[in-house]
Amino acid sequence: MAMSSVNPDLVRERQKCSFDVQELVHFIDGGEEHTLERREVENLVLDIKELKDVVPEEFLSHKERYENSIRKACILYEFFRKYSETNNTLDAFSPTNKYRVQMGVFKDISPFMLHMGMFVPTIMNQSAPDQAAEWLPKALNLEIIGTYAQTELGHGTFLRGLETTATYDPKTEEFVLNSPTLTAYKWWPGGLAHTANHCIVVAQLYTNGKCYGVHPFFVQIRDSETHMPLTGVKVGEIGPKLGFNTANNGFLGFNNFRIPRMNMLMKNAQVLKDGTYVKAKSDKLTYGTMVFVRVLIVTDMAYELSRASTIAVRYAAVRHQSQPKPGEPEPAIIEYVTQQHKLFIAIATSHAYRVTGNWLWNTYSKVTSDMGKGNLDQLPELHALACCLKAVCSRDATLRIEECRLACGGHGYMASSGLPIIQNIAAATITYEGEYTVLMLQTARYLVKAWKQASVGKVMTPTVAYLVDFSKNSNHIWENTPEGIIRGFHAVGAGKTQAAFEAVQAHEKTGLDFEDAWNRASVQLVNASEAHCRAILCEMSWAEMQRLSQTLSPNLRKVVLELIEMYIVFWALEKRGELLMYTKIQKDDIAVLQKRYEELLAAVRPNAVGLVDAFDIRDEILNSTLGAFDGRVYERLMEEALKSPLNAEPVNRSFHQYLKPLIKAKL
Amino acid sequence: MNVNKDLQNERNKCSFNVRELTEFIDGGKNRTLERKHIEKLILAQKDELFGGTPEDYLSHKEKYERAIQTNVIILKIVQDFMRDANGGDLTNYRDVLTTLLNFVVSREGTPFALHFMMFLPVFLSQADEEQQMEWLPRAWNCNIIGSYAQTELGHGTFIRGLETTATYDAATKEFVLHSPTVTSYKWWPGALGHTANYCVVVAQLHTKGQCHGIHSFIVQVRDEETHMPLAGIRVGEIGAKMGLNMINNGFIGFNHVRIPRRHLLMKHAQVLEDGTYVKSRNSKLNYGAMVFVRVVIVFDSVNYLSKAVTIATRFAAVRRQSQLKANEPECQIIDFLTQQHKLFIGIATCHALKMTATKLWDTFNEVQQQLRGGNLERLPELHALACCLKAVSTADTAALAEGGRRACGGHGYMRSSGLPQTCAVLDAACTFEGDNTVLLLQTARFLVKVWRGLDTLKLTPTVAYLRTTLTEGFNDKWDNTVEGIIKGFQTVSMRKISECVSCMAKRMMSGMSQEEAWNMTSVQLVAAAESHCRVIIISYFHEEFVKVSSSFSPALRRVMKLLVELYTLYWALDKLQDLLKYTSISKTDTEQLQERYEDTLNALRPDAVGLVDAFDIMDEILQSTLGAYDGRVYERLMEEALKSPLNAEPVNRSFHQYLKPLMQGKL
Repeated sequence: MAMSSVNPDLVRERQKCSFDVQELVHFIDGGEEHTLERREVENLVLDIKELKDVVPEEFLSHKERYENSIRKACILYEFFRKYSETNNTLDAFSPTNKYRVQMGVFKDISPFMLHMGMFVPTIMNQSAPDQAAEWLPKALNLEIIGTYAQTELGHGTFLRGLETTATYDPKTEEFVLNSPTLTAYKWWPGGLAHTANHCIVVAQLYTNGKCYGVHPFFVQIRDSETHMPLTGVKVGEIGPKLGFNTANNGFLGFNNFRIPRMNMLMKNAQVLKDGTYVKAKSDKLTYGTMVFVRVLIVTDMAYELSRASTIAVRYAAVRHQSQPKPGEPEPAIIEYVTQQHKLFIAIATSHAYRVTGNWLWNTYSKVTSDMGKGNLDQLPELHALACCLKAVCSRDATLRIEECRLACGGHGYMASSGLPIIQNIAAATITYEGEYTVLMLQTARYLVKAWKQASVGKVMTPTVAYLVDFSKNSNHIWENTPEGIIRGFHAVGAGKTQAAFEAVQAHEKTGLDFEDAWNRASVQLVNASEAHCRAILCEMSWAEMQRLSQTLSPNLRKVVLELIEMYIVFWALEKRGELLMYTKIQKDDIAVLQKRYEELLAAVRPNAVGLVDAFDIRDEILNSTLGAFDGRVYERLMEEALKSPLNAEPVNRSFHQYLKPLIKAKL
Repeated sequence: MNVNKDLQNERNKCSFNVRELTEFIDGGKNRTLERKHIEKLILAQKDELFGGTPEDYLSHKEKYERAIQTNVIILKIVQDFMRDANGGDLTNYRDVLTTLLNFVVSREGTPFALHFMMFLPVFLSQADEEQQMEWLPRAWNCNIIGSYAQTELGHGTFIRGLETTATYDAATKEFVLHSPTVTSYKWWPGALGHTANYCVVVAQLHTKGQCHGIHSFIVQVRDEETHMPLAGIRVGEIGAKMGLNMINNGFIGFNHVRIPRRHLLMKHAQVLEDGTYVKSRNSKLNYGAMVFVRVVIVFDSVNYLSKAVTIATRFAAVRRQSQLKANEPECQIIDFLTQQHKLFIGIATCHALKMTATKLWDTFNEVQQQLRGGNLERLPELHALACCLKAVSTADTAALAEGGRRACGGHGYMRSSGLPQTCAVLDAACTFEGDNTVLLLQTARFLVKVWRGLDTLKLTPTVAYLRTTLTEGFNDKWDNTVEGIIKGFQTVSMRKISECVSCMAKRMMSGMSQEEAWNMTSVQLVAAAESHCRVIIISYFHEEFVKVSSSFSPALRRVMKLLVELYTLYWALDKLQDLLKYTSISKTDTEQLQERYEDTLNALRPDAVGLVDAFDIMDEILQSTLGAYDGRVYERLMEEALKSPLNAEPVNRSFHQYLKPLMQGKL
């Protein structure tokens, strides 16, 4: 792109930047070689002409959007199939931005998302070796397309309540699948409606007259040749949603549908030919895929934040509004401190989540490899960690993204700004793969257990070790440093855990049984989990950024550390009430922190555009009239509007049919 | 009607007379009867209004056509109603508007909203008598459909920066309208795309070589017979948005378009035939329409929030999930305290904001009387009040509706739940008619002015507390009652304003200009304005409740008192950081507040469904699979899904075109 066509405000901003943007790009990608690989994939995909939309997605009908997304998905996956012949693509199952280019293709969610995101990982994690040998190559080679059907109309969170049944018939050595009620219908799986021909189905396993709880089964649902639903299968789509409208979410019901015994995924539990049930070595083994998905959500949120902040920061540099000083030109809105307050924290949060998410991924990898060796000790801690981090990161990210959208004023409400869909996709994350409140309460259960152990001085796992210290009523002096604030958040985490724990006990004393007491204290238990999670986010992002930034040039190191510091100070100010309650912080300290926060905003200000440029998101992936690299905001808004089919005719037919008779009506 | 058993149980439990509360909400028995009458008329045309493929499946263009078709029917029904109402008087105008806004049949708005919400009110407040005689009857009768075009691509908030020009040509006694740049295109006005044929246009008035700032003009946009855009006018729609896709927001540009001199709205300023400009008596007179619209927005936000809480509360009563205790049936999710925490505050907020807005409305009418008598004393206060109330109400209702949506889990993400669309309307309100941050800063400006003149100014009622909080001993002893909490909030607000003022003074002493100091302090100024608004809402809610409760039956009085308590406690706990910093509240006090809050949730639990039933929103207007009166949640979800055109065929054509070739390696 010729620099001359770039908005002059953006050019000026880029000249102000104090660090080498390319160095930060490489840092974010995890090394220069990864940047090069990512860019290669992006170039190859975006060069495919057939993947471009003629009419923007948002003008199409629901059905047209589906057809368009399938068209693009097939072309794209055909490309990936060829690409994987000469390149390693298994890194798709780890935190990486290499394949985010798909967002530029689909604008929303790929109808194949669950194929790679859930179907393949479940086969990898839960099928026996001979099963994997049969299914995995087909799945990876897209000879079959699959999805993962767990959630039902009536049950999401409470897995034990699922109603779909798989009853073993030893005579034919088959399982018989049934959906006994309307609420037993599977509901939500992406790609299930009209796309997938195979599916992992989670159902209650019955054999020899006994129910053994939920287990996964490999089920073919459509004919490979005709794609017609097989007899006994009722399948369709669930309708439009807030986002995910190209994900092709479906429903599925079974009527005495038979599958071979060996279609039960048998890595852990098994059913023998005669119907004997063989238990899994540990009931925790099935946590694997669930934790895997939650872990990846943290880095996904880091990426969504980078998209939203890129759009909002570039727009804020281009948009001019108001005249605070008479006679002077209107300033760019990025000069307003209220605007900086909304936007810079989004950049900082993206970095905090990326480094914390990568740390969580490494922890996950270590725990799973230990599990392979039979050591399950660290699983409960990992589970508790993944629960609260998934919950808090998805919710905070959605809030930050919405702030970015609101910071763009009315234009942020336009679909063409790209912000509504980013917000809507992030908002879904709060609910799927474990609803926010439910996950927070799971972490709370772990915390309460840890608190009980801590109070008798037992050794704790690392992420809750701080509880031991605070259970002894230790009183630390307050310090206005990142380390001091992190210690303060530990104090809050411990204090809130203690308060919630005591609330449970107090309710029990009034005669309530434990579960009722737990419920009565649950608002406080959620708060305790949140405090614990904030402590972890601050602690780990600070430690990890310190560690990772050692190789950076001094200029850049300063910038990235200031971002994490901003993240920590922002939360200290947000949670100053809790700090006031549980630490020795003084009112004057709050003023010091406020001042430090304002200094950090000022420090980020000249680098703001450079920082979002370093997220290195191509215009085609950003898909935003407000956020494109060249800053031609108003021209693009108009160009996109003119693509509306409504604008193809000056007068819509509804005028003659309805409007004119109304207007011409006599008094 | 076959009502879900759980929901029926809830209704049997209700402790108060639902109809009594409905009549209170409507503003009297007669109002309720009137509303029911209109509902009957609407139901008589049910098939035309609600039949066919649900709007969510349609393309953008089809949605527009559907919007015109159905809204013309609604308009006719409401027109009949309006003829009986006393046209022209603003007091009754609110009823007309309320009626219209209550009966928006599409979940994405109506293209006629602007005609009534902006075009008519602006005309009423800015056109002189002769102009009103000429235009009003036609507008009232919908012989012309209007829009209001102020915002441009480049300017929203800063209206002095608008670029559209209206230059007076004394030779022909005409104004020449012109859009000199892309950024000067009007952008956003509802109905402007393809619906309105007239429009009030705000433009910079130039006469005799001098610019006199922005003024309003009435402009014909389209031919009344053919609906073709008139020569020199470029008009169209701006494209798809996050929500409100049936509003038909448009753009418009002028190329030297001539309009008669008398098309300048001349109630205040005038241009004489020879081009002489006659100034308005008072520049603040235009505040009137702005205050009016912002109060209407508060009422409308309450409307949408009451829809959201109705849906979420009924769903929470029907949905069963998790076994609190082994061997017991799964419990209704409304029994979870965390769920009550998400929902009940929404119910309380509807009442708090409605009562506050009603009081503001009454004050507005009083002030209108004073204005006619030339007394402008209370106008700045009223303006400041309307600004912060609009900002806080839209932000709160948007957040609470979103909380309600998430409280429905995945099903709240379905468009058939009605929640995504409801949230999108509330989201839009956060930026339209004055961006919330900008509005809060306007209120802050007023507060700072009052604070600086505290010793000399005569304090108007809503800021009188700034002086009383300064009296000795006001805040020495914390008191956990509603009155005590209100006093605490008053102290917080006073202290925050005072801190802002001294902070700015310090900055100016250190060499900053007044504007820079203002900008640097703006994050705190926004927070101070919010605190002031919290004082107003909580104290109005409390005072108004005390005032009206004598007419309530004891049962209703009890439950409404609980709502006032809940609302006050909720915000005290939410703003603990402020109370801890600025008042003498202790940690023990906060623990008691938390406990009382939890007890209040518990006390409201049996009446929750009754409380939302009292909003009395009929199913056809609610349009929600999750929230219908009968609670047939799962059946409706499936029924709606089956209406998807994608589900009409078992195999979509894209299978043969793309999916099959992909899977067989032949793409």
